[in-house]
Amino acid sequence: MKRYEMPPSFRLKIDRDLCVACKRCTDECGFGVLSYDHEAGRIKAEHARCVACHRCMVYCPQSAITVEADTHAYQQSAAWPVHLREQVYRQAATGGILLTAMGNAMQYESIFDRLVLDACQVTNPSIDPLREPMELRTYLGSRPDSLEFEQEGGYRLKTEVPPQIRLETPVLFSAMSLGALSLPVHKSLATAARTAGTFLNTGEGGLHEDLYPYAENIIVQVASGRFGVFDKYLRAAAAIEIKIGQGAKPGIGGHLPGEKVGDEVAATRMIPAGTDALSPAPHHDIYSIEDLRQLVFALKESVEYSKPISVKIAAVHNIAAIACGVARAGADIIQIDGFRGSTGAAPTIIRDHVGIPIEIAIAVVDQRLREEGLRNRVSLVAGGSIRSSADLAKAIALGADACAIGTAALIALGCRVCMKCYTGNCSWGITSQRPELYGRIDPHEGAERLVNLLRGWSLELKEILGACGVNSIESLRGSRMRLRGIGLDAQTLEILGVSAAGASC
Amino acid sequence: MKTIIDATSLHYRHLNENLRKALAAGATDITVKGVRGQRYICAGFTAERPASLTIEGIPGNDLAAFMNAPLTIRVKGNTQDGVANTMNEGKIVIEGDAGDVSGYSMRGGKLFIGGNAGYRVGIHAKAYRDRAATVVVAGSAQDFFGEYMAGGIMAILGLDRLAGQPIVGSFCATGMHGGTIFIREHIDPRIVGKEAAISELSEGDWRELGVLLDEFATDLARDLSHLNKSEFIKIEPVSGRPYGRLYAY
Repeated sequence: MKRYEMPPSFRLKIDRDLCVACKRCTDECGFGVLSYDHEAGRIKAEHARCVACHRCMVYCPQSAITVEADTHAYQQSAAWPVHLREQVYRQAATGGILLTAMGNAMQYESIFDRLVLDACQVTNPSIDPLREPMELRTYLGSRPDSLEFEQEGGYRLKTEVPPQIRLETPVLFSAMSLGALSLPVHKSLATAARTAGTFLNTGEGGLHEDLYPYAENIIVQVASGRFGVFDKYLRAAAAIEIKIGQGAKPGIGGHLPGEKVGDEVAATRMIPAGTDALSPAPHHDIYSIEDLRQLVFALKESVEYSKPISVKIAAVHNIAAIACGVARAGADIIQIDGFRGSTGAAPTIIRDHVGIPIEIAIAVVDQRLREEGLRNRVSLVAGGSIRSSADLAKAIALGADACAIGTAALIALGCRVCMKCYTGNCSWGITSQRPELYGRIDPHEGAERLVNLLRGWSLELKEILGACGVNSIESLRGSRMRLRGIGLDAQTLEILGVSAAGASC
Repeated sequence: MKTIIDATSLHYRHLNENLRKALAAGATDITVKGVRGQRYICAGFTAERPASLTIEGIPGNDLAAFMNAPLTIRVKGNTQDGVANTMNEGKIVIEGDAGDVSGYSMRGGKLFIGGNAGYRVGIHAKAYRDRAATVVVAGSAQDFFGEYMAGGIMAILGLDRLAGQPIVGSFCATGMHGGTIFIREHIDPRIVGKEAAISELSEGDWRELGVLLDEFATDLARDLSHLNKSEFIKIEPVSGRPYGRLYAY
């Protein structure tokens, strides 16, 4: 079979003048690329295993290692991009479904990158966020259709307001399970969520007992496998999310391989160690909006209506109608995950080819909910490629109440987006269940980096608001006239509800 | 202490509030009369003390969903869909038939069905440490029985069936990767998912099933002494990793 093998994608250059053969790199690499050659008395590299995660390069005390893209040439063909040829080689060798991780890697154009924000000039003064208070606080949950007050002896709210969760900045951490992520990463996210006044989402892997003290800042997920779902889990959380779909793999389930189900993961998911954790594609008790409503209310009843119920769906073609159904099913929060949303493991073919962009999904869902008089009943959370505070501001202007970040949070912890989460070999310890690897994440340091990221984005968001002449995130929400499109076709602009750059108000 | 709750015209939310109050006040023997399809009865209930609850009438969907309490619920009639959905602890004895998706993702406790069961029963049933989903059906069950089953024990006895009514529908145990199913008929292997295999019961299996059948017989006042080991087959997963070879890494 050797003659069919592909050349390595990356090549490690070791500067032999600098290298002192301290073997640090051999410990740092989770993929077994580097080893010490006793005969030659020097470090050797098995380039084919390298995933360009940079761990060896960053941690080499001599800065002797460089990771380079292998420059091997293929005969050029626009019809056969190299990655497609390499997929065929891999499948011809294995006969399997190609597995990958992280978000859509295809070159679909980003709509965020084709949208620009507004700012004030002369006729309407901008606001200086360094001097004026800027309100980023966001509440997620259902709002009553109207408010009634009692007037006797001062005003008092008479209407019963459904439960809400309070975010100090309109960013949550996306659903990422213990299993996909390591425990120190979950601890980092939980600590950061508490410090920054936002929320961690457990994903479908249950809540580790060490994280119960953080439950006020945790959204727990109920997915088709119902892993780790029991009364304490439901009662402890700030909110409960029913996972229907995920942007990276709409319509398909998940298989956490037995190798990643160690003792901690097994105890948290409440399954025997070493067995596969199989999440069926659909919830087999949900085949319709009516069935979804049944689960929403079974959960509400179970926690005595004390917390909002969120429903996470992937952005697909008919998302506006689906989201309206979800709102009518009684969801308090709808989380929509765009087609660039990440995953710990998904078939490449699904990740790269299924679903629609989050920008489009948010715009059409917000619009349809308004038309049907449902917008106040649900909060909208957008996820799947929120890469900067600019994306955040644009998503909110398109109609989102808040955004969820997954990949950005992992990058803050060192992730290089090597897309090998499913192997369990993550050299940064982010997605590995191997103690020698996940021990590299210090939850305190991790939390600090995440809080820094959220602080930086929040400050930038305040600058954006100030430039727009508003002093509250609420004033930007759904305010599409603050956006203009560049190079987007007329139909896309119409769907987005955004004018082309140059059009006046 | 005997407590009677009249559920006539009571919304499920108020019925559950009354039940929670009664349990908190120390009631150990509760009868709910006049149940007419109220959903979510005992959903998410927890309780310190064991108690028994008798339901007269037809409870609606999701009876005892997410329940995690040492309650024994006896239904003097049929139930609708989703009984014991994701239940962790408790015992449900249904004197009549149970609807679809009963025992979905159940992780602990017992579900005894005195009549027949609907479609998709016991999907993703689980076991964890000292807990194991346990489901016994006196009559027959429809398609997808024990699909994706990950643990626990389920049995179908095939009693009192109408002529031509199969003991279990198609796609039984599809995607099964844990637990055990016992069926009192040597069924056509083609109706069983390819991830599972049929075998004879060992003496140990028969003893384990016997203990369960004794409890079932007592709870439902049935004489099951005529059942014998050779009538049964056992279905178990071929592998704990049915999809291990599905992917190219």
